[in-house]
Amino acid sequence: MLDPDLIRRTLDVALQRGADFAEVFVEDVRSSSAALDDGRIEELVSGRDRGAGIRVVVGDTTGFAHTADLSDRGLLETARVAAAAARDGSGGVRRVTVGPAAAQHAAAIAVDPATVGKAAKVALLQRSDHAARAAHGAVSQVAARYGDVRRRVLIANSDGVFVGDDLTKTSFSVSVVAKGDAGLQTGRQSVGRVAGFELFDRYDVEELARGAAERAVRKLDARPAPSGTMAVVIAGGSGGVLFHEACGHGLEADLVNKGASVFAGRQGELVASPLVTLIDDGTLAGEWGYFGYDDEGHPAGRNVLIERGVLTEFMYDHLRARDDKRRGTGNGRRQSYRHLPMVRMTNTYINGGSDDPADIIAGTEQGVYVAQLGGGQVNTASGDFVFGMTEAYLIEGGEITEPLRDGNLIGNGPAALAAIDAVGSDFSMGYPGTCGKDGQGVPVGMGTPTLRVPQLTVGGTAS
Amino acid sequence: MSADLADIAARLAARAEPGEHIEVAVGRGVSTTVKAYGGQVESFTSAESFGVGVRVLVERDGGMAQGFAHAGTFDPEVLDETLRDARDNAGFAEPDPWQALAEPDGVAAVHQELWDERLAAFPTERKVELALELERATKAWSPKVKGVRVASYGDSAGEFALASTSGIRSAGRATSAWLSVSCMAGDESETHMGYGVDVCREPGGLDLAAVATEAADQAVRLIGAQQVPSQRLTLVLEPKLAATVLAIIGSMLCGDAVVKGRTPFADRLGQSIASPLLTLVDDPTDARSMGADTFDGEGLACRRNVLIDGGELRGFLHNSYTARRAGARSTASAVRGSRSLPGVGPQALAVAPGERTYEELLASVDNGSLVQSMSGLHSGVNTTSGDFSVGAEGLMIRNGALAEPVREVTIASTLPRLLLDLVAVGSEIEWLPGGSGSAALVFGEVALSGS
Repeated sequence: MLDPDLIRRTLDVALQRGADFAEVFVEDVRSSSAALDDGRIEELVSGRDRGAGIRVVVGDTTGFAHTADLSDRGLLETARVAAAAARDGSGGVRRVTVGPAAAQHAAAIAVDPATVGKAAKVALLQRSDHAARAAHGAVSQVAARYGDVRRRVLIANSDGVFVGDDLTKTSFSVSVVAKGDAGLQTGRQSVGRVAGFELFDRYDVEELARGAAERAVRKLDARPAPSGTMAVVIAGGSGGVLFHEACGHGLEADLVNKGASVFAGRQGELVASPLVTLIDDGTLAGEWGYFGYDDEGHPAGRNVLIERGVLTEFMYDHLRARDDKRRGTGNGRRQSYRHLPMVRMTNTYINGGSDDPADIIAGTEQGVYVAQLGGGQVNTASGDFVFGMTEAYLIEGGEITEPLRDGNLIGNGPAALAAIDAVGSDFSMGYPGTCGKDGQGVPVGMGTPTLRVPQLTVGGTAS
Repeated sequence: MSADLADIAARLAARAEPGEHIEVAVGRGVSTTVKAYGGQVESFTSAESFGVGVRVLVERDGGMAQGFAHAGTFDPEVLDETLRDARDNAGFAEPDPWQALAEPDGVAAVHQELWDERLAAFPTERKVELALELERATKAWSPKVKGVRVASYGDSAGEFALASTSGIRSAGRATSAWLSVSCMAGDESETHMGYGVDVCREPGGLDLAAVATEAADQAVRLIGAQQVPSQRLTLVLEPKLAATVLAIIGSMLCGDAVVKGRTPFADRLGQSIASPLLTLVDDPTDARSMGADTFDGEGLACRRNVLIDGGELRGFLHNSYTARRAGARSTASAVRGSRSLPGVGPQALAVAPGERTYEELLASVDNGSLVQSMSGLHSGVNTTSGDFSVGAEGLMIRNGALAEPVREVTIASTLPRLLLDLVAVGSEIEWLPGGSGSAALVFGEVALSGS
C-alpha cells in the first residue's frame, strides 16, 4: 500500500523529538451496499475511505494524529503533529528498522464481491422481499440490506512490527414488519462472514426472509413478557451476547487496570460456574470478528479467559501489555485510522457442554426460553447488564408454550455466571455483531450452546 | 475556507449530464481531544477530516433512480471515482415516483451563529489543563469517588457546503467544545459508575464544576443500591434522561417511519396520543439547543415544527422525499453527514416546560422511583411495535423524599402507553449534547421488575 522507505521516514519523524514508541497505521477501505425497502431497491451506496493514523507514545502520554493525505508531505507532517502532541520526551533520536516488505495476511475468499455485478446483489434483495411477503398475509413491510467491504491495513511500529492484513466481509440482513389487530411486530435475521459472495452458497436469502417473517408474525399473538426473577433458558448461537456483556467487557485490561471492572484482581479465582469455559478467539477463520493481525500488528490470538469457571486471562492491547510487562493477546482494535486502538473482543464464545438441549428445557418447570437475543449493554464497574429478547417463549411444566413480546433481561455478570446450571452440547456461533465502546464500533462474533441461568430478571409488563 | 468547499460542491454538481440531477455535500473539520488519566495526559489527538457525498438521480420510467457514493478525501481522482460510482449505482436502483432533490421553497433562513472565534484563540495548554482539572475535581468531589475512568476535553470546528442542480446552495460552519468524565464510586464490595458532560460553542462557556458534580453525584448516590421487589409505581425521569426518551419518541414521528408504516403513530394525525400536559416541538431556530442550525441536510431553511400540542398529534417531520410521498411539505428535517444520504430526524426537539420545579415534582410523589440512567435503550426499545423495556438505576422516592438507591431493575411499558401515563412536566429545561431538551417528566403507574 505504501513504500517501506516512506513508512520508515515517517516513523523517524515521529520519533525525532524522543519517544518510547511510534506507529503508523494505514487503512484503505472500499465498501458497497444495496438496500431494499418498501418493495423497492432504494439505495445503492459506494464508499471509499483511506488514510493514516500516527501514534507517538512518550511515557504515559499518547499523541495521535490522522490524515487522509497519504503523500510524503501529508504523512511526515502528521507524524510531526503526533510527536508534538505527545509532548517533548527526553530520549535521543532512534533509527527505526523496517523490513523490505510487510508480512502479509489475507483472508481467503472464493468470489470477490468487487467482481460480482450489482444486478446480482440487487436480485438477492428482491428475492428476499418476495419470499417474506409470500410467507404470510400479515407481512406489511420488508427491508433488506446487502453489504460488502474490503479493508486493507498496513501497520508499522518502532518495535519492528511491519505487517499488513486484507479482509473482505460480506453481509446480508432482512427485517420484516407484520401487522395484526394488536399493532405491529418485527422480525429480523442477519448473517455476515469474513468471506466473499460465496456467503450466499452457505445461506439462502429466501429462507432467512421467511425466518424473519415467521418471527414477526408469531409475535402478533404474543402476550406481554412476565416480570420478575425466573429461570431463563437461552438457545444456542445468539446467547453469546450474554457473555459478551456479562463478562467479556469486564475482562478487557484497560477497564481492569483502571478499576472499572468487577473482575479486577480476581485472576485465578472461581468467577463462574465450573460448566463455563469462555474463549475469545480472533483466529476463527471466517467469523465476523476474525483477522490475521489486530490493528496494532499483533497476530490474532485464541485466549481462554475463563476455564471451567476459573478466571485465567484478561485481554490486552499493545500499551496495556507493555505496562504489565507481558505478551499481548491480539485484542488491540480500532474502528478506523481516525481512532486510537484499545482493548476489544474478537469472537467470544462459551464452549459446548454435555447436556442435551431438550433436557435443559424439559428440566425447567417455569421460566422463559429465549430463541433470539438482541443487543445488550453492561455497566462494567457493577457488572449489571441488560440484553433484549427479540424472540422468546414461556416455559411451563418443562415445555415451550406461548410466544412473548419483546423485553429486556437484566442481571449481574458475576452472579449470572456463577449460577449457570446447565450447558448444552449444541454449540453454534450467532449473528454478526457490532460492539460499541467509547464511541468506536468494531465487528465481533459471538457464540454459545443452549444454557440455563436459574435466576434472571425479566422486564415484562405482565403482572 | 468555506468558499472552496462551496466551490468543490458546485463544480461537481455542474457535471450533471442531461436527465441527471446531482446533489453534492462536502464537509471538513478539525478536532482536538485530550484525555486525562491518573494526573497525566493519557492521549492527545489532533485531527483533520474530510467528507464528500454525491447523490445522483436519473429520470427513468416515470420516476427517479438514486445512486450514492462517498469518500473521505478531496483528491481529484477520488472525486471523479465517487461521481462515477454514484452514477453507476443509480443505474441499478429502482425508479421511485416520489424521489427528487429538494427544491428551494422560499422559506427565509433564520441565521444561527454557530461559529465562535474564541475556540481558535484558546491555547492548547489550557485544553490540557481543563482535562486534568476535570479529573482532579471529580476525584475531589467526595472521598467515595474511587477513581476516574477517563476525563476528556474535546473540540471541533467544521464547515459544510451543499450544492445541487435544483438550485440549492447552502453553507455553514460550527464550533463546539466539550468536557466529559466517567468515574467510579463505592467501596471494597461494590462499584458504581457516573457520567457527566457539558457542551458549548467555545471552551470558555464550559462548566467544569457542574460536569464533575454530575458524574460524581450519580455514582456516589448509588452506593448501597439493591434490587427492589417488582411493583407498579410513579416514575420520575431526570431531565437529561427524559430528553433521551423524548428523542426516541421523536424518531417515531419521522416521515420515513410514517410513510413505510413502521410506527404506531402513522395513522394518528389529529388525534390525542399523549397526556394533555405534553407539547413537543422541534425547533432548530432555538439557539439554546446545540442542534440549532440555519439549514437542514438538504439546504432548506430550518424552521419550528410542532409535533405534539397539548397531547394532540399535530405533525410529522419530513425531508423532501418523505414529504412528497406523504403529500406534505418538507419540514426541513433532513439530517445527514457529508458521507451519508439525507435521513429524517429531529434536530432540536424539546418539551414545553410545566409549572413545577424539580423539587416540587419529587415532593409530590408518595411511592416512586427517580431514574437517573437507563441501559439497553438500543436493544430494549422497539420503535415499530412501541415495546419498551430497559434496565434502570436511580433512587426510590418515599413520601416526597429521596430514599434508598436501586439497581438491577427493569422498567417496561410501551411508548404509546408512556405518553398517556405522563402526569407532570417540570419547569426547568436541560439540553443534551445531541440537541434535544427536556425538563423532568413524571409518569404514573409504570411496571418495574425486580426481585
